[in-house]
Amino acid sequence: MKPAPFIYHRPQQLSEALDLVAQLDNYKIIAGGQSLMPMMNFRFVMPDHVIDLNQVTELNHISKENQQLHIGSMTRQQAIYSSALVQEHIPLVSQAYSFVSHRQIRNRGTFGGSLCHLDPSSEQPCFTAALDGVIEVASQSGKREIPIAHWTAMYMTPDLAPNEIMLGAKLSIWPKTHGWSFMEYSRRHGDYAIVGVAVLVNLSVASTIERISIALCGIDAAPVRLLNTESALINQAADESAIRMALGDIEKLPNIMEDALNTSDYRRHLAKTLTRRALLEAFERAKKRIS
Amino acid sequence: MNNHQEDSLLPHARPNQFIGSRMQRTEDHLLLQGLGKYVDDIPLTNVLYSAFVRSPHGHAKILSIDISKASQLPGVHKIYLHKDLPESAQTRLPILVPNPSIKHLMMQEVLVSKEVCCVGDAVAFVVADNRYIAEDACNLIDVEYEILPVVADCLKALDANAPSFFSGIPNNLAAQLNVHFGEVDSGFSQATHVVQEVFWNNRGSAHPMETRGYAAEYHQASGQLTVWSSGQTPHLEKKNLIDILKWDPEFIRIIHHDVGGGFGPKAIFYPEEAMVAIAAHDLLRPVKWIEDRREHFYTATQERDQWWDISIALDANAKILAMKIDMTHDNGAYLPWGIITPYIGVTTTPGPYVIPAIDVNLKVVYTNKNATSPVRGAGRPQAVFAMERILDKAARQLGIDRAEIRRRNFIQPEQMPYNNGFIYRDGKPMVYDSGDYPQCQALALEKIAYDDFPARQAAALKEGRYLGIGIANFVEGTGLGPFEGATVRVQQTGRITILTSASSQGQGHKTTFMQICADQLQVPLAMIDVITADTNAISMGIGTFASRVTVNAGNSVFLASQKVAEKIKGLAAFLMQTRVDNIQLLDGYAITIEDSSKKKSFADLARVSQGMPGFSFPEGVTNGLESTEYFSPAQSTYCNGTAAVELELDRDTCQINILKYVMTHDSGNLINPLLVDGQVQGSIAHGIGNSTLEDMQYDDQAQPITTNFGEYLLPMATDVPKVQMYHLFSPSPLNPLGVKGAGEGGTIPAAAAIVAAIEDAISDTGIFLTQAPMTPPRLFEILKKAGAYPTSTS
Amino acid sequence: MDFHRIKVYVNGKAYEREVESRRTLADFLRMDLSLTGTHLGCEHGVCGACTVLLNGSSARACLTLAVQADQCEITTIEGLAHADGTLSVLQQAFQECHGLQCGFCTPGMLTTLTELLNENLSPTESQVREAITGNLCRCTGYQAIVEAALLAAQKLRDQRV
Repeated sequence: MKPAPFIYHRPQQLSEALDLVAQLDNYKIIAGGQSLMPMMNFRFVMPDHVIDLNQVTELNHISKENQQLHIGSMTRQQAIYSSALVQEHIPLVSQAYSFVSHRQIRNRGTFGGSLCHLDPSSEQPCFTAALDGVIEVASQSGKREIPIAHWTAMYMTPDLAPNEIMLGAKLSIWPKTHGWSFMEYSRRHGDYAIVGVAVLVNLSVASTIERISIALCGIDAAPVRLLNTESALINQAADESAIRMALGDIEKLPNIMEDALNTSDYRRHLAKTLTRRALLEAFERAKKRIS
Repeated sequence: MNNHQEDSLLPHARPNQFIGSRMQRTEDHLLLQGLGKYVDDIPLTNVLYSAFVRSPHGHAKILSIDISKASQLPGVHKIYLHKDLPESAQTRLPILVPNPSIKHLMMQEVLVSKEVCCVGDAVAFVVADNRYIAEDACNLIDVEYEILPVVADCLKALDANAPSFFSGIPNNLAAQLNVHFGEVDSGFSQATHVVQEVFWNNRGSAHPMETRGYAAEYHQASGQLTVWSSGQTPHLEKKNLIDILKWDPEFIRIIHHDVGGGFGPKAIFYPEEAMVAIAAHDLLRPVKWIEDRREHFYTATQERDQWWDISIALDANAKILAMKIDMTHDNGAYLPWGIITPYIGVTTTPGPYVIPAIDVNLKVVYTNKNATSPVRGAGRPQAVFAMERILDKAARQLGIDRAEIRRRNFIQPEQMPYNNGFIYRDGKPMVYDSGDYPQCQALALEKIAYDDFPARQAAALKEGRYLGIGIANFVEGTGLGPFEGATVRVQQTGRITILTSASSQGQGHKTTFMQICADQLQVPLAMIDVITADTNAISMGIGTFASRVTVNAGNSVFLASQKVAEKIKGLAAFLMQTRVDNIQLLDGYAITIEDSSKKKSFADLARVSQGMPGFSFPEGVTNGLESTEYFSPAQSTYCNGTAAVELELDRDTCQINILKYVMTHDSGNLINPLLVDGQVQGSIAHGIGNSTLEDMQYDDQAQPITTNFGEYLLPMATDVPKVQMYHLFSPSPLNPLGVKGAGEGGTIPAAAAIVAAIEDAISDTGIFLTQAPMTPPRLFEILKKAGAYPTSTS
Repeated sequence: MDFHRIKVYVNGKAYEREVESRRTLADFLRMDLSLTGTHLGCEHGVCGACTVLLNGSSARACLTLAVQADQCEITTIEGLAHADGTLSVLQQAFQECHGLQCGFCTPGMLTTLTELLNENLSPTESQVREAITGNLCRCTGYQAIVEAALLAAQKLRDQRV
C-alpha cells in the first residue's frame, strides 16, 4: 500500500502556500497527514501535487482575543488538548479531545486538517459547531470568514475554493459560570464516534437556562445543532423536561445517516442516550459553578 | 493427581529444575532492540520487490490482460501471467489432507488461468525495483472481466437453482458427511424435554501483526533454492514447492526466522510462495513479496462462518440423552486445509459432557468468499458456542441453574479415560485421557463468586446498572501427531544445539526446548542454541498449529536429550574407566561422583565421539553425542477449561464492560508457566474479539466490506482485562513430559461465556442470543425488536 | 519521479539522503537506512507497529513522508538501549514480564511507552492502557505489557531517589 507518485512542495510562508494553491491542479494539502496518508497509501486519492504546510509556522497558534479563542489551522491536536488556555476558557474542547483518536495521531494531526477533512463522525467540527465557530480562510486575493453553520458544502467537503487555505477558527468563550459536556459512543477507545454530542449551557442564578448550545456529530454530513430546542429552552428549568425536549427534537430529525455498519435507528438512539447524559453533566457542572 | 495452584512452580519441583520454572525468554534480547529478522528484514543483495494484480470481483471470467503499458514502466523487470508459469506450476495446488467425503475439490492456482472465484484472486505478478513501482505497474495493467453470478450465502448456495461458485463444478456442495453413534432416535423419543436452536457465528480472521511474506533466492553456484517465509509449516511449504516446481528435494530449503504471529492462517500453503520462488529462479535475483494489510483482508484465510442447528434430548433430571446437529460451514472458494476445520468443530461439540448418542450432518459449502482454514480455536469456538448456549437454553426452559445443568452432565473423573464417541481428526477414537471437569468448573465459579452474583446483580439493578454472568466449558484435542522431530547434538565446541522443524510465531518455543534439554543435560540455557523451522535442520516435519508443538517437539527434545545424556555418560564412563552410574552431568561436564576433579568436558567428549581415525568405540557406545527423535503420540491429548465472565452492559449503547474474567485451565504439566500464562491471556484476547468486536462482513456480491483496521475491530488494551487464571494439573499420560497444548484454550469458550453474560444482563427481556459476534449494533436491533426501547421510532 | 535531499538525525546519528517524495518515513528507515526495527503492520495508521519518536513525540512512521522528517530527530527502537548496549529500564521490564511474544508490535509499544514515561513516572494502570490503545497486539492480550510499563515506572522512580 504505497502512494502513487506526486510532486512535493514545502512552502516556508503562507504567501508561498497561497501562490501554490492558486497555480496547481489536482493538489492535496498535507497538514498532519493522519487522514490524507491512509487515503494515499490505499490510493483512494492520487494527487499530482502535495503541498506540505508544516513549515508555515504562522498557522500554528492558540491565542485569546476578547471573548474568543483563536486556533490556527496547523495547530497540533495534542497541543490544543494540553493547552492551559483551552482548559481554562473552553473546557468543552479539552473534554472532546479525550475522545479524539490516540496520542500518536494527535501529535501530528491538526485542527485545520480535521475541519477540512470534515468526517461526519469527527469531534472537532462538532465542538466547533457548538461554539459557534467562525472559520477564517485566505487566498491570494484576501481573507474571508465562514460561520461553521455554512462550512459544510456537502459530504466531507468544506466550502473552500481550490485557491483557498484555511487559516484557523475563532471559538466563542462562554461565561465563567457555564457548564459543558462532550459525550460520544465509539466501539473502542479512540475510534471515530458513531455519535457524539457537545453541550454548553449557561444558567441564571435561579438555575434557569439563559443560553444553551447542543451539537451532534455522526448524524449528518455537517454537525447538527438542535436549534429548536435551544431557543425553546431559554428561561426554562435545567431539569428532566429540558432533556425530554432535546430528545423530542432528536426524535424528529428527518435524515440520519446510515451505513453498512450502523443503522440510522441505532444512531438516533445513541444520539438520544448521549444527549441525555451530556445535558445532565453540563447542568451539574453549571449548577456547581453558580453555587 | 489433580490440584490447582496460583503459584508458578509445578508441584514437587526440584531446585535447579528447569522444567516448570518461569524462565525469561532467550528470544527477547534481540527482539527488544529491533534486531529481529522477520522476512522483510532479511538482508538480500540485489533483491527485487513485487506485487500482485488481484481480482476486484467475486466471480468472473478473465477475458484479456493487457500488460503493455505496465511492462514499459521504468523499474519493472518482469510481469507474469498464468501462461508464463513453468508447466508444472500451471495446475492447481495439491490438497493438504484428502478426504473421501469431498465431492468436488477446488484448490488455488498459482495465478488464475481463466476464472476468478474470489475477490483477491491473483491474476498477474509484477517484479520491480521496489514495491512503489510494482504497485504503479499493477495500476497500469488492464484486465477485462466477464462478471459471473456470485454465491455469497452458504445456505442459499444449496438451493436447487443457485448458481455455481465455479463453472467447472456443478454445485456448491464441497463435502457432506454424517457421523453418528448411539441410539439417537430412541434418545429423542424417550426424552422428557427437547431443546432446539439455530446458532450463527460470523467470520473473522487471525490478523497477526505481521502480514504474510516470502523471499526466495536461487543460488546458481550451488543450485540451491532458499525460501524465507512468514509461515507456520516449513516442511509443508517445501513439499508443495517440490511438487509445483518439480524440484530436487535436496536442493530446496525453507527457513522461518522471526515470524510476527501466525494463529492459523499462515499454516496453509499459499500460491504466492510458489510465484515468488518461480520468479527468483527465473530472474536469477532474489525476489520478495510482502503482503500488505489490505491484501491480508482479501487473501489470508478466515474462519468461524457457520450455521448450527442443534437439538438436545433431556430426561426429567436434565441429563442429556441424545443430540442432533446439522451444521453448515461457509467454506469460501478453496479447500486449502480440506474439511478439517468443520470436522474439528462437530467432534468438539460434546465437550466435557456425557452424551450417549449423537447424530451429525455436516455440509461444507463453497461460496465466492475468501477460503477458510483454522484460525485460533479452529472451529471449536463455534462448537462450544452451540453446546454451551443450548445448555443455557435448556437451563432456562427447565428452570435450573446454568451451572447445575452442567454439573449433572459432566463426565466424572473416575470415568477417565473417556471415549466421547467420535473419531477425531487424527483418525483415532476421541478418548479424553485426563482432566477433572467438575473441579475445573467449580473452581471457576468459586473464583468469580458465582453464588453471590444474584445479590450483586440485584444491587446493581437498583442503581440502574445491568450486570450479567456467563460460563462455558470446553475440552480440546491437542498435541496432534504424527510427529514433530528434534535432534539434540553436542558440538565440538561443547555447546549444545537443538534442531527441530517446529516453527515459532511468538510462542517462545526456543526457550521451552532449552528448558527441556537443560533439564536432562544440566547445563545453563546460555550453553544451548536452538535452530527451528529450517528444513535443512531435520528431514521431516509437520508444523506449528493445533496446539501441538510442545507435545510433539517438546517430547522429541526430551527423548533426544535423554539419549544424549546417556551417550555422554556412557562415553565418559568408558574414558574415565568408571561405571556409568558414577557419572553426573553439570554445566557442560561429565564428572565422577566419587571424585569431582575427574571430569571430561562436553567439548572433549564430542570430539572423541565424532570419530578419530583408528579410535574404536567400545561395546554399547555409538558415534556422535547426538540423537534424533520423532516422538509420535498414540493419539491427541485433551486439555480442558472453564471461562466465567461477569460484565456490565450499557443497555442503550449496547456496549459491554468486562468486570471479571476468570479462566480455569488444565494443560497438564507446564514447562514454562510464564509462557503458558501469556498464551492463555493472549488467546482470551482473540476470544474477546470474537465475542463483540471482530465481524468480517461481505455484501451479496461476495465483496468484502470490512477491509481495514478501522472497520474490522481488533481488541485494544482497553478491551482486554487482566484474566484471573488458575491452572489445574492433570498431566497427560500419553507423553513422557505429561504436557498438553495450551495455545488456543483461552479463545475456545470466550464467545460462549461472554454472550451468555450479555444475555444474562438482559434476562428481564426473555431474549435468547444465538449469534456471535454479538456486536452493539446487532444487539441493539435485537433489543429494539423486542420492544426494549419504547420511545424509539420503528 | 520527484526526489529531494533530506538530512535526518536517527538515534543520534546524522544521515543525508536523496529520497523520492512519496517514500514514507517507515520505508526510508527500513530500506534506505537498513533500520528494520520499525515494523509495518497496516500502513493506514491503526496498528501502531511503525511508531517512532519524531522530535520526541510519538508518531506513525507509515503516515509520515520521509521528506517531512527533514531536519528532524527520530528515535526508533534501535535507539532505546544505552550506548554500551545494555537494555533500557523499560526494555528490561518487558523481558522480565514477558511483555512480548512475536515481537512485531514491540517497537511501537516501546516508543509509545517511552513517551509516556518521559512525561509521567507515576502512571496509573488506566493511563498505561489508554496510552497503548494506539498499539495493537495480537499475541499478549496486553496484560504483560501493562505490567512491564508499571514495573519500569517503579524502577525509574526508585532510580530518582
